[in-house]
Amino acid sequence: MSKFQKKQANTKENIPTSALPDIIFMLLIFFMVVTVLREVELQVQVEFASAENIEKIEQKRLVSYVYIGPERLGGGEFGETRVQIDDALIDDMGAIRNIMYDKLMEEPRLIVSLRVDRESEFGIVTDVQQELRHAGTLRINYSTLREI
Amino acid sequence: MLLKKRQKDDVEIEGSSMADIAFLLLIFFLVVTTIDVDTGIGLVLPPIPDDVEPPPVLERNMMRILVNAQGMVLMDDDPTSIAEVRQRIMDFVANPGNDPNLAETPDDAIVSIKTDRQTPYNVYIDMLDEVMGAYNELRNQASQERFGVPYTALEEDSPQQEQIRELYPKRISIAEPDEG
Repeated sequence: MSKFQKKQANTKENIPTSALPDIIFMLLIFFMVVTVLREVELQVQVEFASAENIEKIEQKRLVSYVYIGPERLGGGEFGETRVQIDDALIDDMGAIRNIMYDKLMEEPRLIVSLRVDRESEFGIVTDVQQELRHAGTLRINYSTLREI
Repeated sequence: MLLKKRQKDDVEIEGSSMADIAFLLLIFFLVVTTIDVDTGIGLVLPPIPDDVEPPPVLERNMMRILVNAQGMVLMDDDPTSIAEVRQRIMDFVANPGNDPNLAETPDDAIVSIKTDRQTPYNVYIDMLDEVMGAYNELRNQASQERFGVPYTALEEDSPQQEQIRELYPKRISIAEPDEG
C-alpha cells in the first residue's frame, strides 16, 4: 500500500499546455476564413418567412439580393415598405429593370434572391417581379428559413 | 565572468500569454461571424409574353390557385385550407383515378398562381411551400418505385434524377397581375 502511495506522489500532474496556442490559432484561422463581414448595410427590416421544402443555393456568386421590407427610420421605428438593391433604396420601380439587366449581362446565370419581410403585402413583390421579367432575370428564389 | 552570466540567462520568450491573445481574437471572430444561410424556394418567372397568343391550355390541365387579400387560398375557386393544398396538388398532378376534371398527364399539369396586391407574403410562401412539397413527395414516390431510393438521395443531375424530373416537371406559373 505504501508503495502505491509513493508512486502516485511521484507522477507529475500538469497537462502540457504548450500546444494550446496552436489549437486556438487553428480555430481562429477557421473563423477568419469563414467570416464574411456584412457587405451591405440594410436599410430595410427583413424578417424571413419559414418553409419546409426549400433548396440551398450552392453557387453564391450567382446570387444577387433584393431586399423588401419596412424602411428603418432609426429609433426602432419603421416606415413604409421599400425595396433595397445593394446599398440603395429604390425610389423608382422602373430603375430595377436597368439594374437587373446590367447584372444579367455580367452574369448570365444570375439568380435573384428576394429577401422579403414576412409581414409585407404581395403587391410590391409583384411589381419587382414584373420588373425582373422585363429585365429577363427569370430565376428567382424566395429566401426563407428552414421551418423547425 | 560576463560570459558565464550570459550562459545562465534563459533566452526563451514567455509563450504562455500567446493563448490568451489568440483567445481574444477567436472570440472577436466568433461574435462577428454570421454563417449566412442561403436557402429558399426557387422559382422561374414566366417571360414577358410577346404579342403571340399563348397556346391554349385545357381547363382540366390547369390548377388555378388564388391567394386573396384576406389570405384565403382558393383552388379552382374553392376555398381551401393551407393544409389541404398538398393533397389536392398531388391528386391533380398524378390523377391516379383518371378523373376527367384533373390533369391528363403529370407532364400537362400546370399550376397557375395568382395573388392580390394585399395578399400577405407569409401566406403566399406557406402556399408555395405546400405546392413544392406536393411535387417533392410525388418525385420521391416515383424514385422510390423505380430506383428504391428517395429522389433526394439520387445523385445531383444524374440520369435517374433527370428521368424523375421529366416525369413530374414543376410547371408552376405566376399569372399575369391585374392592371391597376
